[in-house]
Parts: sequence; C-alpha cells; structure tokens
Amino acid sequence: MGRPLIHRSPMPGLGLSMGITLTMLSLVVLLPIGALLWRGASFGPGNIWEVVNRPRVWAALFLSFRLSLLAALFNLVFGVLLAWVLVRYRFPGRRLLDAAVDLPFALPTAVAGIALTALYAPNGFFGAPLAALGIKIAYTQWGILIALIFVGLPFVTRTVQPVIGEIDREVEEASATLGARRLYTLRRVIAPMLAPAALTGFALALARAVGEYGSVIFIAGNIPLVTEIAPLLIVIQLEEFNYDAATAIGIAMLLISFAMLMAINLIQVWSRRRIGHV
Amino acid sequence: MSDATLPLPAVVRPCRRFRAPTDEAPAARRLLIALAVVGIAVLVLAPLIVVFAEALADGVAASLASLTNRDAHSAIRLTLTVAAITVPLNAGFGIAAAWFITKFDFRGKSFLITLIDLPFSVSPVVAGLCIVLTFGANSAIGGWLVAHGFPVVFALPGIILATLFVTFPFVARELVPLMVEQGRAEEEAALTLGASGWRVFRTVTLPNIRWALLYGVLLCNARAMGEFGAVAVVSGKIRGQTATMPITIEMLYNEYLSVAAFSLAALLTLLALVTLLIKTALDIRHADALAATPAH
Repeated sequence: MGRPLIHRSPMPGLGLSMGITLTMLSLVVLLPIGALLWRGASFGPGNIWEVVNRPRVWAALFLSFRLSLLAALFNLVFGVLLAWVLVRYRFPGRRLLDAAVDLPFALPTAVAGIALTALYAPNGFFGAPLAALGIKIAYTQWGILIALIFVGLPFVTRTVQPVIGEIDREVEEASATLGARRLYTLRRVIAPMLAPAALTGFALALARAVGEYGSVIFIAGNIPLVTEIAPLLIVIQLEEFNYDAATAIGIAMLLISFAMLMAINLIQVWSRRRIGHV
Repeated sequence: MSDATLPLPAVVRPCRRFRAPTDEAPAARRLLIALAVVGIAVLVLAPLIVVFAEALADGVAASLASLTNRDAHSAIRLTLTVAAITVPLNAGFGIAAAWFITKFDFRGKSFLITLIDLPFSVSPVVAGLCIVLTFGANSAIGGWLVAHGFPVVFALPGIILATLFVTFPFVARELVPLMVEQGRAEEEAALTLGASGWRVFRTVTLPNIRWALLYGVLLCNARAMGEFGAVAVVSGKIRGQTATMPITIEMLYNEYLSVAAFSLAALLTLLALVTLLIKTALDIRHADALAATPAH
C-alpha cells in the first residue's frame, strides 16, 4: 500500500488534535487495559484457568451472561415496539414517554438499584402484592433480570427510532398495493429494514448488562452460586487484595464480551449482505 | 398524509374514519400504545417515584436534616469536584478527537474510533480494576507516585481517572457523526480568506457544533456524577474523604439509614431529571443541529 500514513491537508491543528487524542487515549484507556493484560500474562494462562474454573466463578459468569441475554432480548422486542409507537403514532403524552425512555441513561445506577429494591422487596409497592401471590422478585434472579432490563432499556429504542423515521412510506404503499396484508408488510418489508439497527441496539444493551454492577448488587441478594454476578466477584477479590484472582476474572469477562460483540458484528455483516443495504 | 396519494375506490362506503392500508388497525394501534405506556410506567416511572416517596417517608424535615451533616456535604462536594474536573477534560478530548478524525485522512481511522468506543464494552468494575492495577501502590507507576507523595488509588486522582475512563467516548461520539456530515468546506473557505486556525475553530466550527457539544457534555456530566461501579473499586470508600454521592448512598443504605440514602439519591435523581429536561428541550429546538445522531 503506497498510501501515506496521514494525507497532507491544509487544515490546521493536526499536531495539537492528534497529540491530545493519542495522549488521552493512551493514558486513560490503553495504559490501564494494558496493565490488566500485562498482569494477566505474568500470572499465566494456566493460573487464570485455575481461578476461573471453579464452580462459584462459573456460576457467576453463566448467570451474568444468561440474564444479560434474556434482558437484552426483552429490550429488543420492547424497544422496537416503543420506537414504533413513538415515531408512528400521535397521542397525548408522547413527548413525556419519549423523554422517559432516556431516564435509565441519566439516573445513576446506585439510585436505580436501591429504588428497584425498595419497589420489589417483599414489603415494596410491587413486591407486597406479588409476595401475597407467592412470587418473590427481589433477592432472586428475577430481581437481577429486572435491573438489567432497566439499564438496557433505551439502547434499542434509540438506535431504531431514526431508522423508522426515515422509512419511505411508498415502500409500504407498494407492498399494500401488491396485495400484502399489513402484518405481512411489517414482517417482510419493515422488519428487515430495522434489523441492523435493532441488532446494534441489542449488542449495546447486552454489553451494558454483562458489565452492570451498581443497579444489580442491591436487588440481587448476592448469594454465591445463586444470585452472585461476575462483576461482584471481582470486587470481592479486590477487597481481599487478591489482585491476581480479580485480574483472572476480569480478563475472562473481557474475552467473553469481546467474543460476543464480534459474533454480533459477524451476524450484522451477514444480515446486511443477505438483505442488502437499506 | 398518505391518504392523499392513494386513489380512493369508486364507491366510497360511508365509514367514520378512512384507514390507509399502510396503517395498523385502530385496535392494534391502541394495544401497542397501551403496552408502551404501561411498560414505561412500570419499568421506569415507578422506580423514579419510589426514590422520592422513600426520601420523604418521614417527612420533608427528616429528609432535609439527613442532607445537612458533614459526610453528606463532603460527598456532594467531592462529586461536584470530580464532575468539574472530568467533564471539561472529556469535552476537550472529545473536540480534539472529533477534529482529528473528521478534518484529516489517515490510516487506521476506524481502528481509532473503535479504541475510543472501547470503554463502552468494558464493565465499570473491570475499568476500576485496570486503574488499580496501573496506579495501585503495588504497581511500578503507582509505587513511584506514592513514594513521591502522590497517591492515585484510594484518592481523588483515582476517582477522576476511573470517571474519565467510563465517560471517555461520550463527547466524541456526539461530535464525530455531526462533523462528518458538515464536511470541511466552511473551514476551508475561512482558511482561504486568511483566518488563523484558532479563529476558524472559534468562529466557524464551534457555532456549528455547539448544541451537539452541549448534548455530549450533559450526558457526560450525568454519568460522571452518577458513576458507581468503577469509583467503588478505586475510591476505598473513606467516609468524608473519598466517598462520592453514589458511594455514600450505598453505605447509608447498607446501614439501613433508608431516609438518608434515598434523600441523597433524590438529589441525584433531580440532577437526572434536569439533564433530561435540557436534553428534551435541545431535541425539540435544535433537532437539525443534532441531526447526525450517532449512527452506530
């Protein structure tokens, strides 16, 4: 490749903007992540495997990823529905609903955590009637699921909303003219157009849920093997100054979430190729 | 809208409302709206109301009293300090990164964008762990810094680094898509007319991106004040010294001081509501200036 590293440009500020960007990126992001990987490398893959390959760690990792997947799936369906309602329909309170979607982004996770716990605890506003029916939410896996749904709620809606806004009505009209029923049009014409954006939102919600800590630990109950999430295990190891074990679990989480993001990227590329650019 | 473009059938049966074939049946429409409203009410609005209900459980006086002690004050002051340092640093980085990415052509641009987005896919707890491993007293850098009287972990610099890490992409992500869309023509014209680099930035670029910049700063600020996981790992939770508002909320809650915990939480919730209010106003007023929402 004969391409130069940086093309000549009359624009000013190359050195300054490149300097700030690369310095901040190195200092704030790359150096710390490098330190984690360095520590992991000197601890050794064998030792990392030994730390991870324990029932308590497996249970936490499996729990984190399983519930994150379920929460992201719920948010995928509900998020697309919400985006559709917000873009296509006009009804009183629509602006308020639209603003409320962003609340999980703006509300600190610790606040969300204690609020959800108060709401779903056996004496809470939702918890009490459910407890009367014999259903326990707080301090069970259901509680974790609700917290993960809360933190991931805006992602799909916010990625899908602009795409719905840009859909050309004529496409739907053409489909209707050709005799397609509404549901068929939605399934065969609209859904494929929304798929890439919805999948992106799904991936973001999933990544967020897997690493989530603040909103989950209050409602989870944190019982080893049952309601203990993977990030909490890292915190526990750190509190015991067991840096090597914390590093091992941290690296395992990083690897699994990168693998998941890569898998989703591949699905996205594949779906784009199959459906074509829309 | 679409009714006008559709030819009406020759014999129009008298019906109250004409339904275009590109609309859903009224019943389906009502069902979908109801699902959306109930879903948001249960999932989002109920927790919001509970924060204030729990804070005021013993009356306004008890709630206010719990906010007027040394620990609460130092937590509020620390959180404001952290935000006051991290948000401008982040805005500065975001502007520089967006300028570098959109005004120049270089190899590895998409890789750079991926690296800037990286903190979004890293758990805040892992982010805190990374900071501890880099700057903790046991590490090479941290040991040297502690020996020179500048501890990072379990002190303010660590909290700032952790907050910078988790908020890293916020401003850049708002600016890059917008500046790509706006192109370079206006800046090039200003340069041709003899303006200096700084002048071009101040008088041409900044007015074009100011609303998107405000948007990014707003989201960054909300996250900076509310960050829990990453800060919990690096702060050491020293009451009155390194306990931010979210950390103090956790400590109070674990001590069963519910009113105090929820009162502090209500303060942060008010901040979140103000953030949403300004964001919604920006969305309505300056929709065109924010047009390029991160298409990611």
